Amino acid sequence: MARTDEGAGPGTGESASTAQALRIEGLRKSFGPQEVLRGIDLAVAPHEVVCLIGASGSGKSTLLRCVNLLERIDAGTIWLDGQAIAGSVTGAGVDENMVRRHVGIVFQSFNLFPHMTVERNVTLAPVKVLGLSRAEAVARATELLDRFGLGEKRADYPDRLSGGQQQRVAIVRALAMQPRLMLLDEVTSALDPELVADVLDVIRELAEGGMTMLIATHEMGFARDIASRVCFLSDGQIVEQAPPARLFSQPADERTRRFLRRIIDAGRL
Amino acid sequence: MLGDRSRRGAALSTASTVVVLGALAAAFLLAPGSGQVRHTFFNPADMWRSFVGDPKAGYYSVGEALWLNIRMFIAAEVLILIVALVVAVVRQSTGPVLLPLRAVATVYVDVARGVPLILIIFALGYGVPALQLGAISSQSVAVYGVAALVLSYSAYVAEVYRAGIASVHRSQVAAARSLGLSQWTSMRYVILPQAVRNVIPPLLNDFISLQKDTAQVGLLGAIEANKAAEIYSSTVFNYSSFVVAAILFLLLTIPLARFTDHLIRRDQARRLAGAGQ
Repeated sequence: MARTDEGAGPGTGESASTAQALRIEGLRKSFGPQEVLRGIDLAVAPHEVVCLIGASGSGKSTLLRCVNLLERIDAGTIWLDGQAIAGSVTGAGVDENMVRRHVGIVFQSFNLFPHMTVERNVTLAPVKVLGLSRAEAVARATELLDRFGLGEKRADYPDRLSGGQQQRVAIVRALAMQPRLMLLDEVTSALDPELVADVLDVIRELAEGGMTMLIATHEMGFARDIASRVCFLSDGQIVEQAPPARLFSQPADERTRRFLRRIIDAGRL
Repeated sequence: MLGDRSRRGAALSTASTVVVLGALAAAFLLAPGSGQVRHTFFNPADMWRSFVGDPKAGYYSVGEALWLNIRMFIAAEVLILIVALVVAVVRQSTGPVLLPLRAVATVYVDVARGVPLILIIFALGYGVPALQLGAISSQSVAVYGVAALVLSYSAYVAEVYRAGIASVHRSQVAAARSLGLSQWTSMRYVILPQAVRNVIPPLLNDFISLQKDTAQVGLLGAIEANKAAEIYSSTVFNYSSFVVAAILFLLLTIPLARFTDHLIRRDQARRLAGAGQ
């Protein structure tokens, strides 16, 4: 299962139809003395949408950052399309930039590049990483921006945009790399309530288009709508995972029940 | 109401300015040695003669000599911007491969910042020619002067750049790297442009200081404004030439200082606008 098909890029994904898009085993990660992830096992099939829920500090964001190789893992293994990208069984030197071409991540705080226009934000990586010509990258950006209602904003700088628009640009920026897997890290948490819906619509559209996604979210209603599976994290472990209908109506674990009761009491479900 | 108050404020500040300046002028003019000082330092005829120069009388034009300061300043500034950027990028790099370079950069910054500029000027101006290294050892003193300025100021400016790099939020690095951009590409297109923008005011501040310090190259014998003024004063025994040099340096530095203020104000306005989002 080590570096078999380097060429399994976009388009040849069918060959890995039996493999999981993402597989994580025994993942551990500590920051100093604090162990944030304590043995995570998780598999995501192609075209599956998996939502991670759980209290702040339960390790959702760290898990996503580990998959994008933004954090170095302490133990366990992560496979992307059957290829080990992190952990003890990887061969010498995984090319992290190569992995990140295929794994898009969107952050809670947008993290657009403030000194670049919207269009430049979206075209930078396709030009510098994928080697697209400027014209090709602009065409790709234009198509995506138009599709998500941002066509008129292409010459604007990020600080002229609302939070919801910025977050949609951030999603487009990740999509422009044509990733095989999208990681969304609480992408609506920093938004005013009236701006949340637009962003969720974009994600819904992606899900309908068959994008494989791993989504950390506080939007329980959204998770219930969109997820094929919901994982409840607590103290760095996946306590329970099930299709949303079951997890939200008949949670098996006491910790899940307590979490969901707090959410319901807060009027968020 | 508001207009009234601001008008009264303007009148008040004008009045206080006039009073203060008037008092200072009176103190200067009424001092026992005032006439002597005015003759030695502020003699209009001497100021004009030193400004235009007279090679036959044995002294150079301070105004013309200033052109050398300007050329040295421009050459040094361009080189400093490049050298300092390289030093800063090396210093903030990570990874074991660059450790030797990082060590060299750190030692350089420590040494170049710690040694007085005047000693660096002497070391290069007298030391390099003495090495007898062909073309390297047979440049004009102005070249060694510029080299010394670059050596000294690049250390300061590198630290300014480094502060700028540190001021760019880590999430920007994460965003860039997450798109598959290499460390260097992230630095080049995402981090450095923001870093440089954040440190333009302190950079300009260093350059104001650099403009003045070109005068120290005169110690090697280069005929820059300060040296020309010195030659005039020792030829004619009148110090008005130094006042001329001072005025010329002010004419160079004040516009840059005002420009720096303007940039700082604009930056503050931009931050405020950004915070309002």
